[in-house]
Amino acid sequence: MDILNALVAFLNFVFIPAAAYGAQLALGALGVTLIYGILRFSNFAHGDTMAFGTAVTILATWGLQAMGVSLGPLPTALLALPFGIAATAAMVLLTDQAVYRFYRVKKSAPIILVMASVGVMFLMNGITRLLIGVDEQRFADGTRFVIDVRTFKAMTGLQEGLALKTTQVLTVVVALLVVWALFWFLNRTKSGKAMRAYSDNEDLALLSGIDPEKVVRMTWIIAASLATIAGVLYGLDKAFKPFNYFQILLPIFAAAIVGGLGNPLGAIAGGFVVAFSEVAITYPWLKVARYLFPGWQPEGLLQLLGTEYKFAVSFVILIAVLLFKPTGLFRGKSV
Amino acid sequence: MKKLLLASAAGALIAGTAGAEDIKLGISLGFTGPLESMAPDMGKGAELAMKEVTDSGLLLDGSTVSPVQGDSTCADAAAATATVERLITAEGVKGIIGGMCSGETIASLENVAKPNGIVMISPSATSPALSDLEDNGLFFRTSPSDARQGQVMADIIMSKDISSVAVTYTNNDYGKGLADSFQAAFEAAGGSVTVNAAHDDGKADYSAEVAALAAAGGDALVVAGYVDQGGSGVVRAALDTGAFDTFVFPDGMVGNQLVENFGSEIDGSFGQNPAAEGEGRDTYLKLAEEAGFDGSGAFSAEAYDAAALILLSMAAAKSSDPAAYKEKVMEIANEPGEQIMPGQLGKALEIINGGGEVDYVGATSVDLVGGGESAGVYREVGFTNGEMEVIGYR
Repeated sequence: MDILNALVAFLNFVFIPAAAYGAQLALGALGVTLIYGILRFSNFAHGDTMAFGTAVTILATWGLQAMGVSLGPLPTALLALPFGIAATAAMVLLTDQAVYRFYRVKKSAPIILVMASVGVMFLMNGITRLLIGVDEQRFADGTRFVIDVRTFKAMTGLQEGLALKTTQVLTVVVALLVVWALFWFLNRTKSGKAMRAYSDNEDLALLSGIDPEKVVRMTWIIAASLATIAGVLYGLDKAFKPFNYFQILLPIFAAAIVGGLGNPLGAIAGGFVVAFSEVAITYPWLKVARYLFPGWQPEGLLQLLGTEYKFAVSFVILIAVLLFKPTGLFRGKSV
Repeated sequence: MKKLLLASAAGALIAGTAGAEDIKLGISLGFTGPLESMAPDMGKGAELAMKEVTDSGLLLDGSTVSPVQGDSTCADAAAATATVERLITAEGVKGIIGGMCSGETIASLENVAKPNGIVMISPSATSPALSDLEDNGLFFRTSPSDARQGQVMADIIMSKDISSVAVTYTNNDYGKGLADSFQAAFEAAGGSVTVNAAHDDGKADYSAEVAALAAAGGDALVVAGYVDQGGSGVVRAALDTGAFDTFVFPDGMVGNQLVENFGSEIDGSFGQNPAAEGEGRDTYLKLAEEAGFDGSGAFSAEAYDAAALILLSMAAAKSSDPAAYKEKVMEIANEPGEQIMPGQLGKALEIINGGGEVDYVGATSVDLVGGGESAGVYREVGFTNGEMEVIGYR
């Protein structure tokens, strides 16, 4: 029983939250890595692109709710997602035409594009706040739990409860579907192959008749979709607040770099590595330890780092990877 | 006031020769920042008192009072200091209603108000640190210290036969002060605090913080935070993970927003907040409504009382000089004397000008104790069937 209790406490406080968070980071990191692989710069505006997409989705959700549309047990925001994606895609294509294209044609150094993206980040920051304000918005509706603590305790008779939120399941399922669709697109379709060719060697791709502008457009549209989906899932699972989407940029970059920038598989692995380290390092293991070793009465909470230092974990991972394995776990392009 | 009883009508005549002036009062509140939603109603409360006094024409021979607003930001001590500096040196205010948050108030009091000898009455800074501050008699507050709230909260929890609790507080002077004073009071009463941990506001997700609290355990969770900030996030995460199901809510959490957020999920939880009850408050709410703002906003009534106290003290001292009127604040606020409700400032001035005594009750039953802070009556509330109900007053 005690081992079961320990397992349930671990699942409830570490595994489930980290898995959902990891899926959200992975989707974000995929967008970053895609832009890096094909357009060859680190897009600092990605976090705020996520915020913008989510804001539009929330507005559309409210519209749908006002019309009485709902998805039953699932959040209405899923229906509103296409609106968010369309608006975000339009937005990033517009910024590409207005900002990045100029530097791309001039073949500017990547660092200049990075700095331009910082400017875009601040602009999007402002637009999102104008659109929906700075306050926290909760827009998850439908059934909140797949299993809640009370039911679980009654069902199993265990001391520890397990809660599984609808949004957590949804996050992981949607992330899996999106990743599958993305890999299918990149590996099987002509456009996907064109994108990979462009990523491998720009000039060679040009010679074989690939239209670079088309590849760029496609990349932006995919990145915008990934950003919006990641943002909406994050907002559904936690809460939407524009500032948080700026903060999440750091773990997302850490994930992309850990996996190897430019490598989609690495982005996914990186997302989970960062999420699990953040949660596991800041989790106090006292409760689990008490079940596993009943005789042991440790001092303190068996917590490696206070929860205030959550973001420091991403920093440390980032620095360690850049020092010892700059190309990341999955051999991305070196940075 | 007692000495004033001796003052003759002749005394009033002599004071009359001082002549009318335009008295400026500063309002230093966090019009931007984490409490920006509360600041406007507080500022209007203070202005309402000033207008009432000006309209009566009875203060220091028909002196007028005009408000000067400044943004204390609540969170940024340097910005608050600069604001108060401007109010005092550039605008020449004779007193300040502010600051809003405890940290910022301490900084502006120490750095500017004290060296310049300007009276500050804060409507909303509740940190216990302000009680012991060496203030040269310049600082007062119309809200009670959190040390008192910590004691009340400990009593309430003890009365429910809960002996071990976990505490989480918002990471600032207010949260830390309240959590520490509560822990001291609770442990003195024989209870045990399993963990006393901070949470930062404005995060998307508090599951990590709640995991730590859950690991430490406890029969209830004390959430010394803000209802529209991290406090609600912590409660949400604790409910979702089943870590706690009984919560104790201090003043930053008790509000309609809490019921709106959680409904019947927090049944069985309880809390307390400074309660202004009775006639004074009802009158104030009506006055505020007539003036076109919401007087029930947090600390709005306290702001009205802060401004009223300054002005009545000026009348009692027959001078708008802070060094003179600071001596009168305690006399005005406390017994003996005729009780003064909101909207009766004109009457109070008449009594004072006539040499009588007043006991300013105001919108929040003002009664200043110790170094000049509100004694504080607290309202105990409980949550049942998704409704908040008042259990009693302590």
